[in-house]
Amino acid sequence: MADAIIPDFGDDDETDRKLVIICSKGNLDMAYPALVLANAALGEGIETHLFFTFWGFDMITKSRMHDLQFSPVGNTAMHLPGRNTKMPQSLSPMPGMTQMATKMMKKQIADLGIPEVPDFLDQIVASGGHLWACRMSADMNKLEETDLRDDVEGIINATDFMEISEGGQMLFI
Amino acid sequence: MPTATIAGHEVQTNDEGFLTEYDEWNEEIGTELAGNIGIEMTDRHWELIRWLREDFKEKNETATTRRVNSVGGFPTKEQFQLFPKKPARKMAYVAGLPKPHGCV
Repeated sequence: MADAIIPDFGDDDETDRKLVIICSKGNLDMAYPALVLANAALGEGIETHLFFTFWGFDMITKSRMHDLQFSPVGNTAMHLPGRNTKMPQSLSPMPGMTQMATKMMKKQIADLGIPEVPDFLDQIVASGGHLWACRMSADMNKLEETDLRDDVEGIINATDFMEISEGGQMLFI
Repeated sequence: MPTATIAGHEVQTNDEGFLTEYDEWNEEIGTELAGNIGIEMTDRHWELIRWLREDFKEKNETATTRRVNSVGGFPTKEQFQLFPKKPARKMAYVAGLPKPHGCV
């Protein structure tokens, strides 16, 4: 009888693996890649930082974070739901199209049990993730810390970012 | 498939050591599996593990940390306290279930 195999969860390996994700987009569809990867990284015990800049600020701005939108404009990969039929580009800018596409995408995401953006960030912070905001974006948008989620650890400049990201693997989204 | 004797019971495992047969698990085995990875089971650990197994029975799929939070009601932070660093995989291992498939 062989001894039981004990899985190696890698806890004893001193890892300094660190993931830093720059979130620069405020579209609903472009918010999720960073959230999904950050969540996965944290679940593997990897130190994770999210840095919000430019349009990505909408993900952490209290007054905007609940209504990120998805627009099919300029997206040639937009298909009619469940089919391989392309949606004609001429239809994309029609009035109401963004609202409809957003509603559909939100439903698809919810159907998979995946949280909305603010809830997802709650989960990431609860898992030990760190949120940072970009100084230049804050100044451009005339936003202060009080306008942002309370768990944003700070509005930092490019030099601070270099310190935080030292030794990390970086993703720009 | 490897077999192993855990807490006096012969069980089947995969190459990583996760139990492969739902019905071969019992709480004595769970205690020993937890001990293997340095976790001492408390009442709260058991509540979570029992919920995870019940949920698996219903869904035929191991719950992700998101589901353990949103459906099971065990806050994310607490999951990390009970099963440090890699809660999803550790919970599954102790509960004798496969690793979760879902991304979130």
